[in-house]
Amino acid sequence: MEKQVQYLEEAVIRFAGDSGDGMQLVGTLFSNTSGSIGNDVNTFPDYPSEIRAPEGTLYGVSAYQIQFGQKRINTPGNKIDLLVAMNASSLKVNLPHVKKGALIIVNSAGFDEKNLRLAKYQKNPLEDNSLSDYQVVPLNISGLVKEELKDSQISPKYVDRTKNIFALGMTYWLYDRPLHHTEKWLEGKFGKKADILASNKRVLKAGWEFANTSEIFKTQFKIKHSDMKPGYYRNITGNHAVAIGLVIAAHKANMPLFLGSYPITPATEILHFISGYKEYKVKHLQAEDEIAGVCSAIGASYGGFFAATTTSGPGLSLKVEAIGLAVILELPLVIVDVQRGGPSTGLPTKPEQSDLFMAMYGRHGEAPLPIVAATSASDCFDMTIEAGRLAIKYMTPVILLTDGYLAQGTNPWKIPNLDELPDIHPTFVTNPEGFAPYKRDPQTLARLWAIPGTQGLEHRIGGLEKEDITGLVTQDPANHQKMVDIRAKKIENIVNDIPLAVVEGEQHGDLLILGWGGTYGAIKDAFDKLRSDGKKVSYCHLKHLNPFPKNLEQILKSFKRILIPELNMGHLRTIIRSTYLIDSIGLNKVQGLPLNAYEVEDKVNELLKVKE
Amino acid sequence: MSTVVDEITHRQHVGTVDYTPKDFKAPIDVRWCAGCGGYSILAQVQRIMPGLGIPKEKIVFISGIGCSSRFPYYMDVYGVHSLHGRAIAIASGLKIARPELSLWIATGDGDCMSIGGNHFIHACRRNVNLNVIMFNNGVYSLTKGQYSPTSQQGQITKSSPLGVLDDPFNPASLALGSGASLVARGYDGDPKNLQYLFERAAQHNGFSFVEVYANCVIYNDGAFDLFTRKETRNEHSILLEHGKPLIFGDNKDKGIKLDGFKPTIVSIADGKYSVNDLLVHDEQDSTLAFILANMTYNPEMPRPMGVFQAIERKTYEQKVEDQIAYYSGKPGAGKLENLLIDEDSWEIK
Ligand SMILES: Cc1ncc(C[n+]2csc(CCOP(=O)(O)OP(=O)(O)O)c2C)c(N)n1
Ligand code: SF4
Ligand SMILES: [Mg+2]
Repeated sequence: MEKQVQYLEEAVIRFAGDSGDGMQLVGTLFSNTSGSIGNDVNTFPDYPSEIRAPEGTLYGVSAYQIQFGQKRINTPGNKIDLLVAMNASSLKVNLPHVKKGALIIVNSAGFDEKNLRLAKYQKNPLEDNSLSDYQVVPLNISGLVKEELKDSQISPKYVDRTKNIFALGMTYWLYDRPLHHTEKWLEGKFGKKADILASNKRVLKAGWEFANTSEIFKTQFKIKHSDMKPGYYRNITGNHAVAIGLVIAAHKANMPLFLGSYPITPATEILHFISGYKEYKVKHLQAEDEIAGVCSAIGASYGGFFAATTTSGPGLSLKVEAIGLAVILELPLVIVDVQRGGPSTGLPTKPEQSDLFMAMYGRHGEAPLPIVAATSASDCFDMTIEAGRLAIKYMTPVILLTDGYLAQGTNPWKIPNLDELPDIHPTFVTNPEGFAPYKRDPQTLARLWAIPGTQGLEHRIGGLEKEDITGLVTQDPANHQKMVDIRAKKIENIVNDIPLAVVEGEQHGDLLILGWGGTYGAIKDAFDKLRSDGKKVSYCHLKHLNPFPKNLEQILKSFKRILIPELNMGHLRTIIRSTYLIDSIGLNKVQGLPLNAYEVEDKVNELLKVKE
Repeated sequence: MSTVVDEITHRQHVGTVDYTPKDFKAPIDVRWCAGCGGYSILAQVQRIMPGLGIPKEKIVFISGIGCSSRFPYYMDVYGVHSLHGRAIAIASGLKIARPELSLWIATGDGDCMSIGGNHFIHACRRNVNLNVIMFNNGVYSLTKGQYSPTSQQGQITKSSPLGVLDDPFNPASLALGSGASLVARGYDGDPKNLQYLFERAAQHNGFSFVEVYANCVIYNDGAFDLFTRKETRNEHSILLEHGKPLIFGDNKDKGIKLDGFKPTIVSIADGKYSVNDLLVHDEQDSTLAFILANMTYNPEMPRPMGVFQAIERKTYEQKVEDQIAYYSGKPGAGKLENLLIDEDSWEIK
């Protein structure tokens, strides 16, 4: 059969099935293959919060969404062009996300009476015409893999488990992707089990061939590759990027790494990764609670380690007192807060940006500290390095804000050349001549750092207010004022050491969108769309939230109106107003969902209708 | 590339390690009330320090908040006066990072057993090699006299004007139950024994918990008199000594005998029992340690002092070191390229 070829700029696909169907795996393999042929990729896993949800149920559906394309891909995409659904429940749950007219491949074996009942379908949707808005392709994938592997030695149960690989093979044909990247992965994974390796490879190829020869698929989609810079890449989640970032930041500082942490969704993977890094001589403690997590990190930092603690909202609440201690001890510490929906236990697996106030103000006393935020999964690496650089250079705790969306989503990360990353220079002193614990570097105001083991530099520090320079305990009124001022000045001065904010579009005008952190992708998509529609709007995105970039005030004053989209009820907007006396318009969303580009577009269009 | 921390860790002390107790006195005034039990504890710690032969720069005192937690300021070594209850958590991180340091914790009954209780029990079970000195004065002194987790039922304090209702913790039992490898008790008025206990803690390679009855002259004066004053202590306390029978009394005429698992007091003066019938203390017998610790609040029994238990088992920080040595020693281990580029990576040319 003559197949047609259609060229696309980008596409959004979603693999959906039962928790045990291996959807996360094929999603990951598809995105790695897409990256390897030079597409940009952005992914988001959507898995059930129950650990082992009963098979076939609506709440047991696990899905993996991938947007890939020729241009810069900033988000996992909104509406789906291709849904692969392995059973009735996964179709039902995911149908609302599918574009009208889109292709839906379903495994018809997953639509038997039991599956339909569990999915709470009265009638079989494959038979009652309810899906007439879509191009539904029902295939008995279970039967197809059984046929393909009928002479194989592996167990029937395992044969059925290869359906995901068959589906993957089909999608590779549909979007014209090579098989070799996945074959190589299978070899690495099953190299020692010849039967299993051969079966998986056969099924992958069979899926591809099926789509190629079958009459059902009339069109193959092609996507040109993007002009990615040469180099090594990998798809990486935000949590993985933080973990690697901590190791590399410590390496750049030539310091050993310590992580003190307590498990909490969606930050736990950072602890998982770090705990496996013993070959890099990384030390960690899975502490008894978050307080011990941060306190053990402070202890390690006191001992001269590059110390970090990782957590999410409820854990950050518990760490607050100890972070204040790190502020007055003036010890470096990286605190990673993977934000989730709050208050309290809130929405443990869902993203939000509602910890900005706590990061900024959530300590008793005058206790300013630097705050940075990551804009994408791979940017979590860069911002971890940045947090570490500021912490060590300025002898201060630093909060890095990511969120549940960045933590679990992926995008291609250009693996850096370590020599190109900034060196980090701790202020260690070893000479007793003229030493005092609160003597400072005149430039950075960072205090001198003498660690235990250094002869002749024995001294005491603590949470009581210290006399300037000597560090002796004192309640002298003027000294307290002075120390509060110094600690504040030290953080303010960082403004001279961070990049200026950048405005895309006109540098002044009517409307500026101001974003921060993990909403970058959605706002950027919206901005690009608005610009291509000829709309006059500019865009600035913040990664440094305390201090703000030096030119931010000037930028804000160059626009008549400012729109601040954020996944909270107006944290950045409030801080901007209190800092610069500049009012802005909020686009606020707290639904446990990431920001969508169309939401920003709609809001901008609405604002542009009413010219000020 | 060796790190600065590595270099400092392995640095040799310049000159001889030859101190007097005075060398450990920080050049500031001690600010406890006259007669406070803290003075004796401080003096005994300073007295034993020279004998440990540890260079001053390798010694760190960490404390929480409370009268007792002022301690690090008075020791001319490294020190951190931290947060209420968190000294052990901070020290655990430091010890794991820097196992070669000699780590001491000064804490109070409130600091250690109330707000810091969670860190305490977990450090006990992990067996981090920390030397914890808990100043037990049966009250929150720094905050001016509220009851603490070791206050006795009925005790009148500022926050229990009508008497404490809570049952107290027995610190030794709590430590044993949590897995502490060395558990001991002493009191401020017995300098010799305190020195001995602190030395034992220093020598013990594992978590050491030394509870010290420390009189607070202001908020709980005389709370431990029965066990600490000359006139009554012989009859009301007993010193546990490894390998020796449990004898006490003004005339050393009473002993402890086990009746099943129940310790009972017998006379060794009336001919019915002799020293040979008495319980002989064994620091390595953890069942015995529980039995002896349980005598604590039994009004019929003398209050045990000394080392309840001293059992060596591998420390947490050593296990961390072992794991790191094993995995970083494998051929090809520790290459950062392998952390950065994995089997899923690809190259764009
Ligand atoms: C988080 C916190 N809560 C409460 C306090 C107040 N506080 C300081 S010391 C203390 C109790 C001290 O009792 P203890 O540990 O027995 O020490 P002592 O003063 O008796 O030596 C309390 C409640 C504090 N400093 N920090
Ligand atoms: S109040 Fe009590 S514990 Fe505090 S210093 Fe005075 S005597 Fe010592
Ligand atoms: Mg007390």
